[in-house]
Amino acid sequence: MDGNHQETLQSSLRVQELIYGLRIGEVMTSKVFAVSRNCTMRDVQTIMKNNSISGVPVVDSKRVVGIVTMNDIMNALEQGAMEDGVVKWMVGEVQTLAEDMPLSFAISAFGKFSFRQFPVVNKKNELVGILTFRNINLALIRELSRQLREMEHQHEHPPEPESLELAKVYQLHRYDFENGGRASSEIKKFLKDRGIASKIVRRVAVASYELEINLVAHSIGGMLAFDITPDRVKISSHDRGPGIPDIDQAMTEGFSTANEWIRSQGFGAGMGLPNVKRVSDEFAIKSSVGMGTMVQAIIHLKPENENED
Amino acid sequence: MKISDLQSLESFTCLQEEYEDIEIVSGYTSDLLSDVMANADEGSVLVTIQAHKNTIAVSSLAGVAAIIICSNRPVPDDMLAAASSEGIAVFQTAENQFNTSALIAQHIGGCPAR
Repeated sequence: MDGNHQETLQSSLRVQELIYGLRIGEVMTSKVFAVSRNCTMRDVQTIMKNNSISGVPVVDSKRVVGIVTMNDIMNALEQGAMEDGVVKWMVGEVQTLAEDMPLSFAISAFGKFSFRQFPVVNKKNELVGILTFRNINLALIRELSRQLREMEHQHEHPPEPESLELAKVYQLHRYDFENGGRASSEIKKFLKDRGIASKIVRRVAVASYELEINLVAHSIGGMLAFDITPDRVKISSHDRGPGIPDIDQAMTEGFSTANEWIRSQGFGAGMGLPNVKRVSDEFAIKSSVGMGTMVQAIIHLKPENENED
Repeated sequence: MKISDLQSLESFTCLQEEYEDIEIVSGYTSDLLSDVMANADEGSVLVTIQAHKNTIAVSSLAGVAAIIICSNRPVPDDMLAAASSEGIAVFQTAENQFNTSALIAQHIGGCPAR
């Protein structure tokens, strides 16, 4: 019974992790209806009605300068001002999302702001799509059914107990130093039992422990996921905030924002992220203030990739 | 020297005796756990004042075989319980980290080449 419960929790965490790992660009609606500054509120209302949408970005040479929502339309209607230009009624300060951000950031943004949709921009700050709750729900359903198929497949072909394959997600809570380290110990044991060289096991342990401690010490909570195949270990860390204002600074050895209490636990020396990067074969970090941080570390398991140090 | 030989050193008290009595060939002195994690050798002895359960977690992941808590810092029970389940020896001494490191280096025949 308990084992069953564990399994359910594990697969719901996995779905969450899969969703978090998607990029906003993969989930958004790319066909986006936008208007220019010289359009009227009536134009926007027609677009909304014909396409069943509730928000239309206002653009000036592809840059988002505002957004008109259902709310703005109602206000204009009330005042009999539907022939006004959109500039008069739109919301000017628009929170946009970047297409290469992980979806977890968008989920934080929906929680933080009361907007129903976010315009999505590319690196050049040009409008490329729009993200609504509906997009997230669809992605969720897609990942759920993929997970279901995977579970069915696993049920029919259970992996050998000794095989080098594992997908596991751990949830970590702020300041829970008691459990910080549990994931790393389990993964270390898993790899050691399967005969992986101790040098490589140690690199995995260092990366995963530092990420665990980062989640516990610096984030408001998050998850650490392991995806192990015979070739590599992929560790992904997602949190819900607060986000890192300056990533270069965070990657500098010795820089730390840890408070006295964290330091008293033996952490906060400013070595965490640099340590993770040093032991990883591939390393990526993405962060946005108020939305969260995503770190991905990959360590190759094949001996020809082993560092000679 | 073996881990059990630490016990006969002056002012050393063994607080956690469930360990595998291996030969000590190197040591690491630090109070920063990330530093220990990154740099301590497998099978080494750790000299520190960081008497905390987290020290055991880090030692276990890094493969540290024995921990020496210096300056008679109090060692909490949950740290000893964790050490016992991980099979890591824990000693306590009145000496500071410098003197303890020097003493152990002497017994293992100087500082090993790194």
